[in-house]
Amino acid sequence: MTITGQYLAFFLFALMAISGGVFMLNLNRVIHMVLSIGLSFFGVAGLFVLLQAEYLAFVQILIYAGAITIMMAMGTMMTHHQLESTKARRKWHTFLAVVTAMAIGIFILYGVYTTIWPTEPANLGANNVLEIGLTMFSTYVIPFELASILLLVALVGAIVLAKKESDE
Amino acid sequence: MVPLNAYLAVGAILFSLGIYGLLTKKNAIIVLLSIELMLNAVNINFVAFSRYGLFASLTGQIFTIFTITVAAAEAAIGLAILVALFRNKATIDVTEMDIMKR
Repeated sequence: MTITGQYLAFFLFALMAISGGVFMLNLNRVIHMVLSIGLSFFGVAGLFVLLQAEYLAFVQILIYAGAITIMMAMGTMMTHHQLESTKARRKWHTFLAVVTAMAIGIFILYGVYTTIWPTEPANLGANNVLEIGLTMFSTYVIPFELASILLLVALVGAIVLAKKESDE
Repeated sequence: MVPLNAYLAVGAILFSLGIYGLLTKKNAIIVLLSIELMLNAVNINFVAFSRYGLFASLTGQIFTIFTITVAAAEAAIGLAILVALFRNKATIDVTEMDIMKR
């Protein structure tokens, strides 16, 4: 196995994604947790570039690293109170959570490494943004419209929920 | 070429981290972010299979777009609920959200 640039990029982006997640679980302040998960989202976007999904990589950066991280940071400021440390006091609860997460992770990893996968990557074409657009507006046009309705409902619902209630 | 195994392993590790955060964290914003981490792990799997799968095509990437849409809607609604809850109860600690238990 020779070390190529692609391997190096993969290790870098995978390290970004996983270390962002680990930092999120271990840092003390909430705003640091939110920023470290932004690092994780950037790593995932890099993995998308390596998988020839450039459109999704930019959507990932715009929506996750841009919108969701900033929105959670704003939410942290709006709901600020002295919850500095989120360390769990409940030992038994933490132990059960670790066991559950590790069991699921080991189960999935076992399945991944004992299955024989196809090794040849498909060539998705250099122009796959065009292909995504064409497919989305022909084959998947009804799910696309449903997704837009979902976004509209979420927009209205978020405003109604977060609005100050009038005191009657 | 980086094999498919490696991408799936990254996805599995991110998913486990998300489950751990979801089960142990007490700040509701971090719980929401853990859910986003798990959705990201699923997205990595979709995109990896859209390139390396048995029937490789762009369908996986299009499904990922829909997943991102639903995740964005979920984050917005979750945060709105948290803001409303914080206004009424002055806490976002998930262990104190126990009105229905009493």
